[in-house]
Amino acid sequence: MSENSMRTPLARVRGLGAAKDGVHHWWMQRLTAVALVPLVLWFVISVAGLAGMSYAQAIAWISSPWVSVFLVLLIVATFYHAQLGVQVVIEDYVHNEPVKLAGLVALKFAAIILAVAAIFAVLKIAFGG
Amino acid sequence: MAEFTLPANSKPKIGNTYPAPDGAKRTKTFKIYRYDPDKSENPRIDSYTLDLDDMAPMVLDALIKIKNDVDTTLTFRRSCREGICGSCSMNIDGTNTLACLKPIDEVQGEVHIYPLPHMPVIKDLVPDLTTPYAQLASVEPWLQTKTPPPPTSERLQSPEEREKLDGLWECVLCFCCTTSCPSYWWNGDRYLGPAVLLQAYRWIADSRDEFTGERLDALEDPFRLYRCHTIMNCTKTCPKHLNPAKAIAEIKKLMVMRQ
Repeated sequence: MSENSMRTPLARVRGLGAAKDGVHHWWMQRLTAVALVPLVLWFVISVAGLAGMSYAQAIAWISSPWVSVFLVLLIVATFYHAQLGVQVVIEDYVHNEPVKLAGLVALKFAAIILAVAAIFAVLKIAFGG
Repeated sequence: MAEFTLPANSKPKIGNTYPAPDGAKRTKTFKIYRYDPDKSENPRIDSYTLDLDDMAPMVLDALIKIKNDVDTTLTFRRSCREGICGSCSMNIDGTNTLACLKPIDEVQGEVHIYPLPHMPVIKDLVPDLTTPYAQLASVEPWLQTKTPPPPTSERLQSPEEREKLDGLWECVLCFCCTTSCPSYWWNGDRYLGPAVLLQAYRWIADSRDEFTGERLDALEDPFRLYRCHTIMNCTKTCPKHLNPAKAIAEIKKLMVMRQ
């Protein structure tokens, strides 16, 4: 809202037009939220159940097929959901365009690196690395 | 970054005090935000103590009493004084509402009166609503059709179709909801805000309108629509007891349905 601009208020409000985007972001945030409810419950209860077990027993738990599958699903849903949410926080509060762009790029890269590293760790154990 | 504190030249200072008239038995003190952009002074909070037995019961009545009898320089908008015109919207006792619908005795202790939050102030309690008005115009809030009107009758609508507009047509465009929304505070240049989105939905929901798709197209935007984070201040503050948050949720549902 530049006060010095000679553009009409309507021109400023119409701006660059609608981005024709946002539904996918909104829908995926809800889908991943729904998926995370059972996944997180399962993960927390399972990890609590691991208390007092040995390293070998923990490795054996992770490498059992269904556990590996659910762990990968949990990792994908968590990082997808988290980067969607943090993206909105950055867009809400960071109004310096270069800083905002750098923040969004760093966020996407960080989410992908962390998710791939976590999935790789699970698969390495699952396939007996 | 979003601004969480007022700039130094916007911080209000303690202003003038106007004591109660002689012989007043039941008094109430009104602490009112005063600002004149033509003077290079900070805003100030003036304190007016009035005799409750010598005035009508609403906060707007107190403001009119002050302007008539105590301090003619006090500036505020008002017209109908009965909740229809939407002019006297302001922040009273920490909540946006219409001064004409707010009974003084609902406020415990002193009555704090400020302009609508986070808008440029023209003077005292008068905010600059240029941007929200332009945003309202941008959603083209009128009936749009390809089919010409029937030559001998109105455009028909069933009672059920008409019912869908209840809770939408009653909006008086006071912008209490829009200016109570933190998302609008931070991104009001691009987010349309609850009042305008409720108006947009009022035409999307109208069975006679033939431009529903175009209307949804114009809203499908990460900022125009999706800055709504269901904070719900809009619904909580609405002096007409409408539900802008529900209207926005309905728009989001339609966006998914047409995928």
